[in-house]
Amino acid sequence: MLTLDRVSKVYKVGTFGGKDLPAVRGVSFEMGPGEVVSLIGESGSGKTTVGKMILRLISVTTGRISIDGTDIATLGGDGLRAYYRTVQGVFQDPFSSFNPMYKADHVLGMMRRQYFSGLADADWLAKVEASLQAVNLDPGQTLHKYPHQLSGGQLQRLLVARALLLDIRYLVADEIISMLDASTRIDVLNLLGELRERGLGILFITHDLSLGNYISDRTVILRRGNVVEMGATAKVFGNPLHPYSRMLIAAAPQLHRKWAAVAAELGAGGGPRPEGCLFHRLYPPDRPAGADGERPTLARAEDDHFVGCVRLDGEGACS
Amino acid sequence: MSLQVTNLRVYYRTLAGDVRALDGVTFGVADGEIMGLAGESGCGKSTLGNSLVRFDPRMRYIEGRVELEGLELPIWDNAAMNDFRFKEVSIVPQYAMSALNPTRKIGRMTAELVAARGIPPETIVPELERRLDLVGLSRDVLDRYPIELSGGMKQRMVMVLSTILNPSLLIADEITSALDVSTQKAVAEMLVSFRDHGFVKSMIVITHDVSILYQIADTITVMYAGKLAEKAPTESIISAPRHPYTRLLISSLPEVGVRYAERRLAGIAGSPPLLLDPPAGCRFRDRCPVASEQCLQEPPFVEIEAGHFAACWKVA
Ligand SMILES: Nc1ncnc2c1ncn2[C@@H]1O[C@H](COP(=O)(O)OP(=O)(O)OP(=O)(O)O)[C@@H](O)[C@H]1O
Ligand SMILES: Nc1ncnc2c1ncn2[C@@H]1O[C@H](COP(=O)(O)OP(=O)(O)OP(=O)(O)O)[C@@H](O)[C@H]1O
Ligand code: SF4
Ligand SMILES: [Mg+2]
Ligand SMILES: [Mg+2]
Repeated sequence: MLTLDRVSKVYKVGTFGGKDLPAVRGVSFEMGPGEVVSLIGESGSGKTTVGKMILRLISVTTGRISIDGTDIATLGGDGLRAYYRTVQGVFQDPFSSFNPMYKADHVLGMMRRQYFSGLADADWLAKVEASLQAVNLDPGQTLHKYPHQLSGGQLQRLLVARALLLDIRYLVADEIISMLDASTRIDVLNLLGELRERGLGILFITHDLSLGNYISDRTVILRRGNVVEMGATAKVFGNPLHPYSRMLIAAAPQLHRKWAAVAAELGAGGGPRPEGCLFHRLYPPDRPAGADGERPTLARAEDDHFVGCVRLDGEGACS
Repeated sequence: MSLQVTNLRVYYRTLAGDVRALDGVTFGVADGEIMGLAGESGCGKSTLGNSLVRFDPRMRYIEGRVELEGLELPIWDNAAMNDFRFKEVSIVPQYAMSALNPTRKIGRMTAELVAARGIPPETIVPELERRLDLVGLSRDVLDRYPIELSGGMKQRMVMVLSTILNPSLLIADEITSALDVSTQKAVAEMLVSFRDHGFVKSMIVITHDVSILYQIADTITVMYAGKLAEKAPTESIISAPRHPYTRLLISSLPEVGVRYAERRLAGIAGSPPLLLDPPAGCRFRDRCPVASEQCLQEPPFVEIEAGHFAACWKVA
C-alpha cells in the first residue's frame, strides 16, 4: 500500500529563495495494488508535485509518504534501490524523454546497467521481450528503431515497458495520454487497464476528466494544492459534492451532452449547493480535533466519498 | 455560401519531394456557419486553414479555387491577399499565443496592426473597448505585455484583435488546446458569441478535440491524410457518422460516463500513410475494416444526403 499522510510541499522561490510557494497542502490518500487512482486538477494545482514526491525526485516539506508502512524519506542506498524496483514514473512528453541519438534497445539497455548488471544475455532478452509484449509492442519492429521512427503512442508504450522491466507494483503516470492523438490515446489507456488487472497500482495524473473517468477506480480532485473531493470514481462523477468539482465536471466538454444540459443537471452552472458547506455540516467547526491534535481536511459524505470545505484555503468561516 | 473551396491542392516543397498535405478538397461554409475541422495530427488541418489566409514560403499552390462572398481570393499571391487579409478573412494561427511579439505592449501591437491596413487606430478604440468588455478583459490589458497575460487572457485578446475589422471568415486553429477546462469553455463560448454578435459571418474552428466541436460547431468536417473524409451537421457526425474512419474515431473517444470496467473502447489499428508518397486510391484503405477491391480507386467526396458529404465507396 502506498500511503500519503497530510503531505505538503512548499517551494522556495524568489531571488534568494525568500518566498514560500505552497504547492501541495495536506494531501492524504492511499493506493493499493491493482487500483487506478486518478489525480485530477487544473494547471498548477500540484499534480506533478505530488507525483514527484512519491518518486522521491523532490522531498516532502511536511507529512509522510510510506510504502507498506515504511516512510520513504528514511530510505537510502539499497533501500532506495529496492523502492525504485517497486515504484516507477512515466512523464508527459514521450519525445523529450528519449535521446534522439539512441535506438530503443539502447534506451532499455541503460536499465540493465543500472539494475540487472548480473543478468545473462538470454535472460535479459527474455525480460525485454516480456515487457514489450505487455505493452503490445513487437520487439522486432521496435528495438532497432530511433525515436523519430516511432509514433507518439509507441514511444509512450516504450516508456511504460521500460518501467515494467523492473517488477514494479506502482506506476506514476503523469499526463502520459494528453500528448497523443485520439486514435492512439485509447490504446494507451486500455494498456493501463490491462496492467491494473495484472496487479499494478497506477496513479493516473491528468487534467482531462473523461480520461480519468474512463480508467480509474478512485478519483482525487486537487485545487491549488488542496484535495477538495475524493472517492470512488462513479460517486465523484455521478454525484459531485464540492462546488469546484461540480464546476469542473460542468466545464468538461462531453460528446453527447451539451454544456447547457450538464449545467442544468448539476444546478446553476455547477455552482454552490444551496445547503452551504457540506464539509462543515458533516464536521462542525466546534468538533474536537483528533487524538493527534489535527483536524481532518475532508469529511466522509458516504461510503468511499469524501469532501472538503468550500473555502479552499481552509481559513475563516465558509458559509 | 460565404466560402466556397473547390478542388484545392497545396503541397510542401521538401528535399525528398512534395508533401501532399492538402490534396484536392472541396467544401462550402454557409453564412453564419461555424464549421469544425477535426482529424489526427498531421492530416492537414493547419495547412488548409493557413492556405486560405497566408501561404508560408514552403507551401506550393498546385490548383484550386477559393471564393469568399462570391469573390475569388488570390491565395497563391501573398501580396494580393493583403487586400483581404484581416478585413475579409482572418486567422488565429496555431500557437498564436506564443507568437505574440514579447517586446510590444498589446495596445501598440493593435494600433500597428490596424494602421497597416490604412485605418487610423483611434477610430477603432470605442469598438475595441466594447469588445474587451464583452470578453471580460479589463481595458488596461492594452497597457500590458503579452507575458503578463494568462493563456486564457491571451487567447481572448488574440480573438478580439483578429476580428476587430469584422471579417467575413475567421479561422481559429487550436485556440482552446493549451487551456484548462474552465478557460477552454469560456473561450469556446466566446467563439459562438462572436458569430452571434455578427463580428464574423462564419468560422472554421480547427481542433483535434471533437467534444469541443460537439459543443459549439454547426457542422463538422473530418480530414484524413490530406483529404476530406466526411462533412455533416454536428449531430449527424457524432451520432450517425457514415465514413468508416469517422465511425472508428468517434467510437474511440472516452467520455464521462463510459468506464473501462464496463465498456472497453477500441482504438484504430495502424497509422496514417506518409504524405510524401501517399498510396493511390482511398488513403484509409490500410486501416479500413470494410475495404475492398474497389477502394484501390479514389472515392469521390459526394453528397449522400442533404448537407451530408462523404468520400467512401461503401456509403455512396
Ligand atoms: N521546481 C519548482 N519551483 C518552484 N515552484 C514550482 C516548482 N515546480 C512547480 N512549482 C509551482 O508549484 C505549483 C504546482 O505545480 P505542479 O507542476 O505540481 O502543477 P500541475 O498540477 O502538475 O500543473 P500542470 O497541469 O500545468 O502540469 C505551481 O504553482 C508551480 O508554478
Ligand atoms: N513546412 C513543412 N514542410 C514539410 N512538410 C510539412 C510542413 N508543414 C507541415 N508539413 C506536413 O504536412 C502535413 C500536414 O500538416 P499540418 O500542420 O497541416 O497538420 P495538422 O492537421 O494541422 O496537424 P496538428 O494536429 O498536429 O496541428 C503533415 O504531414 C506535416 O508533416
Ligand atoms: S473507400 Fe474503401 S477503404 Fe476507403 S473508407 Fe470506404 S470502404 Fe474503407
Ligand atoms: Mg504537471
Ligand atoms: Mg495544426
